Amino acid sequence: MAALLSPIKDIHSERRLFLARVILAAVISIILLGVVVARLVQLQIVDHELFAEKSQGNRVRIEPVPPIRGLVFDRKGRVIAENLPAYQLELIPEQVHDIDDTLNRLAAINLIDFEDIPRFKELSRSGPRFKPVTLKFRLTEEEIANFAIQRPRFPGIDFQPRLVRHYPSGPEVAHAVGYVGALSTEDLKRLDPAAYAGTSHTGKTGVESSFESDLHGDAGYRHLITNARGRQVPSDTSELLESLPVDQSSAPGSNIYLSIDLDLQRLASKAMDGRRGALVALDPWTGEILALVSTPSFDPDLFAVGMTTSQYRELQDNPDRPLFNRALRGSYPPGSTIKPMLALAALETGATNMTRKSLCRGFYTLPNNPHRYRDWKPEGHGPVDLHDAIEQSCDVYFYEISGEVGIDAMHDYLSRFGLGTPTGVDVLGESSGLVPSREWKRRAFSDRDNQRWYHGETVIASIGQGYMLATPLQLASATATLATRGKRYKPHMVAAIEDGLTGERRIIQPERMPDVEISNDIYWDFVLGAMHDVMQGTRGTARAVGTGAAYEMAGKSGTAQVVSIAQDSEYDDEELEERQRDHALFISFAPFDEPRIAVALIVENGESGSGVAAPIAKSIMDAYLGYGDDAP
Amino acid sequence: MPISGTVTMRLNDTQRLLTPKAAPLSDFTLIMRRLHVDGPLLIGLLLICGFGLFVLYSAVGESNRLLTNQVIRLGVAFVAMFIVAQLPPDFLRRWTPWGYLAGLVLLVLVLTKGDVGQGARRWLDIGIRFQPSEAMKLAVPMMAAWYLHDRQIPPKLGHLITIAVIIIVPTLLIAKQPDLGTSLLIAASGVIVIVLAGMSFKLIFGLGIAAIPGALVLWNFMQDYQKQRVLTLFNPDSDPLGAGYNIIQSKIAIGSGGLFGKGWTNGSQAQLEFLPERDTDFIFAVLGEEFGLLGVLTLLVLYMFVIGRGLYMAVQAQDTFSRLLAGSISLTFMVYVFVNTAMVTGLIPVVGVPLPLVSFGGTSMVTLMAGFGILMSIHSNRKLLPH
Repeated sequence: MAALLSPIKDIHSERRLFLARVILAAVISIILLGVVVARLVQLQIVDHELFAEKSQGNRVRIEPVPPIRGLVFDRKGRVIAENLPAYQLELIPEQVHDIDDTLNRLAAINLIDFEDIPRFKELSRSGPRFKPVTLKFRLTEEEIANFAIQRPRFPGIDFQPRLVRHYPSGPEVAHAVGYVGALSTEDLKRLDPAAYAGTSHTGKTGVESSFESDLHGDAGYRHLITNARGRQVPSDTSELLESLPVDQSSAPGSNIYLSIDLDLQRLASKAMDGRRGALVALDPWTGEILALVSTPSFDPDLFAVGMTTSQYRELQDNPDRPLFNRALRGSYPPGSTIKPMLALAALETGATNMTRKSLCRGFYTLPNNPHRYRDWKPEGHGPVDLHDAIEQSCDVYFYEISGEVGIDAMHDYLSRFGLGTPTGVDVLGESSGLVPSREWKRRAFSDRDNQRWYHGETVIASIGQGYMLATPLQLASATATLATRGKRYKPHMVAAIEDGLTGERRIIQPERMPDVEISNDIYWDFVLGAMHDVMQGTRGTARAVGTGAAYEMAGKSGTAQVVSIAQDSEYDDEELEERQRDHALFISFAPFDEPRIAVALIVENGESGSGVAAPIAKSIMDAYLGYGDDAP
Repeated sequence: MPISGTVTMRLNDTQRLLTPKAAPLSDFTLIMRRLHVDGPLLIGLLLICGFGLFVLYSAVGESNRLLTNQVIRLGVAFVAMFIVAQLPPDFLRRWTPWGYLAGLVLLVLVLTKGDVGQGARRWLDIGIRFQPSEAMKLAVPMMAAWYLHDRQIPPKLGHLITIAVIIIVPTLLIAKQPDLGTSLLIAASGVIVIVLAGMSFKLIFGLGIAAIPGALVLWNFMQDYQKQRVLTLFNPDSDPLGAGYNIIQSKIAIGSGGLFGKGWTNGSQAQLEFLPERDTDFIFAVLGEEFGLLGVLTLLVLYMFVIGRGLYMAVQAQDTFSRLLAGSISLTFMVYVFVNTAMVTGLIPVVGVPLPLVSFGGTSMVTLMAGFGILMSIHSNRKLLPH
């Protein structure tokens, strides 16, 4: 019906029209698909190499292989710092359903600290989801056993073996060797990012930090096939591995041999234990540091392993400042320990001679000034010459000659012994101490009155008080210079560096410094003889320590007044009282004729150099020279 | 001159009469004809599907489960083709308006009650879950062809306007889901019908120019992600980890395949998951990476053969409805192939069109094969005509 009502259809012309349109459509189709084919030729033939390269770059990830850190030994090859395989607790963010809950439950079983939870949460959010976050660097066996039982409760938490720095002697070597700690963002700015790409820890202080470039070693790298999310594809299932470039293995860091004698170091640590102070022992003929102790100390493993926030705060806030390296950085008034050096200056400058006597009445006054400069002995030493002044540590004698020597000559001679400038020790971070002079005072102060040098300041400088400051290391080095009669060697802690791959050992040669030249050898004999009598003479201040020893020795005690206590310090009264006592110092060397060891130490608030500090110095020398119970 | 109903002789018999020297038809060919199955088209389709399964096996990470899944879907699709092939064209034509109307109703239902999947409302659950838009892929060209069947060819302007409404209503309904790719394809299948019907070129170009403001209107209609796709096309490197990532990675995959490819299941782009949607819309890139230019050309030749055979069948068709529908089905298939390959190679925006018969997924495959069933029905139901 519909067909009859519609206009007549011309079947033939309709077919022709349709055929024409189909042919046109076919041509257009061929053109369109031809465009696609042309595009494919462009991608797959013309630009093939470009895309092949991009595809390779896509799938191959270069992963750094961290080097094994060099070991640290003492002078006899005993381990001071090593790398121990340890199990660390890790969290893999993508495998943990509820990170908050998991961390809270881990803290509940004491594997982590509640305080650290926000930090770990931040870490697990910031990195790639498949990259493990270390929660604890070293698990104890007990913790491993404990966790193993509960493991099913903690999906996504696992322990992994890693190498962790370990210091077997712990606190006893902490200030000498330093420690490594987790790389911080500041470290990464300083270090070569490529070399440290796979490294987790770096030296923070001491030898670990100063010899970082030797200890670290060279990073290697390996090529991994990864998928689009950066996760490694297991190599055994992938045929794509064949075309990978060659890997580069890492080169271990150099091993370092310290000049430290571990036995001596331990002994010194024990002797200083329970006190605040520092001790440095040197070989005077090489400058090798035999022991370097600062107490109280801390366990360097805490930094290598990572500690909780509260542990770190406890170290930081401890009023005894265990993290402070007193041996290198502690600046103390040297007190009477500088008297032998000043005696040499006085003899050289002619300010006095070996026989001139003075009457010590227990105090000294400057002309036209009522102020009394007191001797440590209120009743006075009576008539004393320079020898007696050293042996008995008479202050008045030195007060008297101070004006003739003058502050500038004092500065000159003390500087020749290395005081007032950094010793140049091979460990970073030492303080320079201070030897005042007119010139120094002009520069140090801004107002005219203070820029002037007063005679009274020369007087107190002559007994190592006032502005004068020295570090225990500087005192030890100066003592060594006395022992060698003026030959100076730069103090150093590293004796040899051993290549991690070849085992080739580079011995560090002693570095000679400008001698302290004294015109007449008799002056040396005179001053050193007086130091000998300090310990083994009839009236020596430390004769109680030195008399009866199996060998001859020399020494000088010192006490230094505690200048001030900071107002905001949180000491209670009893403690405050204790902390205002004088510091006790002692310098010594032995054997007297052929010195092999020089020792300088300070005991903060120890009051008596000869009574508290001298016995410690003697025990160190005993041990080193083979006379003590703990002879190495 | 109305002739329908006057001749009952089947073409296979006619062919014998017209070409007496031709070899007698084998029993196999005879059986195929009785089953309304076109041999060459079937072989072309089977080759494409077989090759596609190889590529898919690699793209789904050599998962037997997913491969079996796809084989089952293909089986269902071929059964659908076979069933549709048994329906005579006259029957199809008679039911076309009803099918079209039902499709519109379902589209409206989808927009109001449909299930949401991947941010779009495309699915309808009436006992079984399906996408009404798939049915419209066939219903729209059928409706356009039905409308023109009894009318003058080339169509008059008034008729063209009616057909434009037939096309635009479902197109907008589907674009609203939103499913831009499908709506554009459906519009294309309808437009193909009127172009094949002889719409004048003046009008075509005129509308083409008029389409520019239309495109601007459409731009405002588009969702943000659709706009992003268009923008990304012009500068994929501007956002390499965002919208441009797909195109960059698929170009790397295809380009790195070179002439011979990296070998089956050895494409690093695909196997290491750099290539997104590698088993669905971007499977062409897997083919390009693992089988190279030669593999890609092989598949394109197979597609050309199927399209060519379809157009031949359209030319051979004997009434307006049949030839317009057959032509539209064949050319829409071509549009599918072009849009997908051009999109994967970065020639046109990413519009979510799967590679026909190869991409993983079932719904569109059934529609496609049903379309080929219609072609076979049209071809095998031809009647002897006096010349």
